[in-house]
Amino acid sequence: MTDSKQKSAPMSGFSRREFLRGSGAVAAATALQTQTAVALDDQGPQVVRGEKKITLNVNGKDVQVKAEPRTTLLDVLRYQLDLTGAKPVTVDGSSGASTILIDDKPVAASTTLAMAATGKKIQTVESLGGERPDEVVKAFVSHDAQQCGFCTPGFVVAVRAFLNKNPDATEAEVRAGLNGNLCRCGTYANIVEAALAVVKGG
Amino acid sequence: MPEYSWPSREASTVIGKVHDRLDGTVKATGAAKYTYDINLKNQLIAVAFGSPYAHCKIKNLDVSGAQKTPGVVHVEVLPQGKKDTEIEWEGELLAVVAAESEGAAREGLSNIKLTVDELDVFADESNLAAAEEAGRTGKGGGKVETVNEPGDDDDEDEFVEKEIERLFKQAKYVVEGYYGINPITHCCLEPHGSTVEWKDGKLEVHLSTQNVSGTDEQFARDLKVDADDVNVHCDYIGGGFGSKFAPDYWGIAAARISKATGRPVKFMLQRDQELKLGGSRPSGYLKVRLGADAKGVVQVWDSQHWGSSGYRGGGVSHSVVPYVLVPKNYRRISTTIKVNLANARAWRAPNHPQACAMTQTALDDLAAKMGADSYDIFMANLVNASNGKADVYRAEMEIGARLIDWKAKWHPHGKGTSRGSIVDGLGMGLHTWGGTANTSSCLLKVYPDGGVESFCGTQDLGTGTRTVCAQVLAETFGLGVNDVRINVGSSKYPNSGASGGSTTVGAVCESHRRAGQDALEKIFELAAKELGVDASVLEAVGGKIRDSANRNKSIAWRKACSLIGLKPLEVTSSYQRGAKSPLTGSGVGGVQMAHVEVDKETGVIKIKKFVAVQDQGLVINPKTCKSQVFGAVIMGIAAALYEQRVTDPKSGKFINAELSDYKLARVGDIGDVVVELYEPESERQRGVIGNGEPPAISPKAAIANAVANALGVRVPTIPMTPKRVLDALAKA
Repeated sequence: MTDSKQKSAPMSGFSRREFLRGSGAVAAATALQTQTAVALDDQGPQVVRGEKKITLNVNGKDVQVKAEPRTTLLDVLRYQLDLTGAKPVTVDGSSGASTILIDDKPVAASTTLAMAATGKKIQTVESLGGERPDEVVKAFVSHDAQQCGFCTPGFVVAVRAFLNKNPDATEAEVRAGLNGNLCRCGTYANIVEAALAVVKGG
Repeated sequence: MPEYSWPSREASTVIGKVHDRLDGTVKATGAAKYTYDINLKNQLIAVAFGSPYAHCKIKNLDVSGAQKTPGVVHVEVLPQGKKDTEIEWEGELLAVVAAESEGAAREGLSNIKLTVDELDVFADESNLAAAEEAGRTGKGGGKVETVNEPGDDDDEDEFVEKEIERLFKQAKYVVEGYYGINPITHCCLEPHGSTVEWKDGKLEVHLSTQNVSGTDEQFARDLKVDADDVNVHCDYIGGGFGSKFAPDYWGIAAARISKATGRPVKFMLQRDQELKLGGSRPSGYLKVRLGADAKGVVQVWDSQHWGSSGYRGGGVSHSVVPYVLVPKNYRRISTTIKVNLANARAWRAPNHPQACAMTQTALDDLAAKMGADSYDIFMANLVNASNGKADVYRAEMEIGARLIDWKAKWHPHGKGTSRGSIVDGLGMGLHTWGGTANTSSCLLKVYPDGGVESFCGTQDLGTGTRTVCAQVLAETFGLGVNDVRINVGSSKYPNSGASGGSTTVGAVCESHRRAGQDALEKIFELAAKELGVDASVLEAVGGKIRDSANRNKSIAWRKACSLIGLKPLEVTSSYQRGAKSPLTGSGVGGVQMAHVEVDKETGVIKIKKFVAVQDQGLVINPKTCKSQVFGAVIMGIAAALYEQRVTDPKSGKFINAELSDYKLARVGDIGDVVVELYEPESERQRGVIGNGEPPAISPKAAIANAVANALGVRVPTIPMTPKRVLDALAKA
């Protein structure tokens, strides 16, 4: 900002700085560069500028959304699709509050560019709700693994992903495997209980 | 009017029983809408520009670049962004950019140009000598108490000096020590902020607030409209911890921008701004000399402490030093320090955690000096309990010791057996808090079809307030928790106090139980006529109203309610804070014990087990009540071991104002936490008392004492980072 503001990149040709400018998440976006490139490779290499209509597969449905290169998947989910379960807590993903599943893997929607998510299977916490909520949701409720609840959707998705991979997880594994998410209210003790209850099937 | 009371433990069917929180599923599936999640049609996203300097005078704030940024709709320079304004802390918001998207708003921010005259910064709140030299100190107050009093001819100060020296000479053991606790921030995961909209001249505010009923007036005052023209809503709040009682100037700015643009505005603080501005807990640093008798009972305490709440000075109140266990002779003096940091906000049990951490550590060092068991020394000093709760502490200590297996695991300070470089240790702390019920009103509607619905301008911070309200009404009417509908979180509902100081559970129990009993009295009158009995013999149990002596004589709840007529029965009942009531009480204790392992090579501390024994009068829902204690303990573990606001003393910059750098505890860090609710009949009879604050107090002292027990060396400053552990070991 202030003094360190850099001049805009030239208007023609591909510029990484121009591509990333304005995302406000330089570190995050830099880390995502490869991911973006791969996604775009599916459609052939291209330079994207300004707003573009893209199709995302969210919770089993194809949806058309508008995205700029800097637009995060989290922004698309929250502002265009009103899927506000994933929360904006940090831009760098260090809180895990924006955890969603992309092709069944847990990722931070806040550090995923929307354009990098085309052609992939996106699942948000909302897909674990509905008339028959996921076992993890039920366990979070019955073990009171939440207080203010702001971190909870991210945690629920993280636990779901962890248990998909480790269906027979031990307590030690649960305690070691869920450190990507933060809770300020201090619900961890009950989260461990909830995760173990799902392992035990109850 | 009925006599308000709670049913006995045996007669209770809903209160005192475990119930899942009512909003559990909506929260866990992302359906719950927090302020940040409210998306209004055509809304603008506002993002603020904060001062990168901790102390400066504004020369020029050029927002023209922001105004020209594509997607930016409105730029507002805040009053403190004007020329010649002196800025006292880093992060202070100077301008707000409202845009079509967050990306555009952020890009707008990057085009703002600020020029300033930088001013001298003072930010080292732990350094008393430097603060004195910089002229940054102020008197924080103090108090002297001595059993012997000065004679008429004595100079008072001289007498106190001599008397204290005499007491120290008399003391069998004297301990001198230094104990400090760094500032931490509230770090709410949902930052402070609002989503606002003007509709037909009225302001609708979705505010992340602990004070639904109190903030509409604050908006009205600052915006110069009637309070009736402002509605504040907060169904869910992503953390407050004492920092969210007001609209704040950024809330007012959101309303102004919304008015200026004619569009709804969402204005949430960014993460670094939340840490810099959203609230912090004052620091405290204490030097003490204490003298104890042969039994280890402290007879004289002489301390001075200092610290800061930010640019206004402040720090930890002297009134809680030493903490809970106060000898008959003491002198305590505090000094405030003004630093170039945003002012602190109330943080879960203001003053208590720091006072506990700075003084019960000294008591533990007395045990170390005596070569005594810390448990015995705490027990011996219960004679000094200043809140009359020695018996409660004694009982809780016994329970705690059993749960953590104190006797088997205890070893004298520094004398445990080590496994490689790992040593273990035990420590404890104890605390007190008021928790008086706040003012609260409840509008209750009982519908002719048997439906029950309540409206109350309180808020559920995640403490389980909704669930408690439902349990109270269900118990009162002999219904199930899911048979009643609870409405909270709107200033349109009857007034209920702010949720701070552990006052909410008492408040809503008062208003809901009163409203329930008031309504039930009327329904009993109708049912009595129908059953041909006197209303005084009736009770509401199991979905029926029945004759308590002749239980077969009954009428179903629905049938009884049909007697109300066509319109619902409406009752509004209130409780005024401070009024004596059998439903609620105040004043709790609480004992906590920690078992830790410390690696002497790396300085890393691990919690093995942590036991919290907590009294809170009558428990409505043991599950959510325990969750409060778990949460408080886990917050305490973070504060004891990890979190601190790190400020560069030269520039005043808060250098770890991101969650990747501001270290909090994670799942793997907490060890085995055990919570025991202490609720004998004597406690139950005291009525409901809030427990949000008390269990957040002792963890730091308990863990610090356990570390001292493990190492045989005191790690003087909290958080006890690996470096500080290694430094303490190197010094020893």
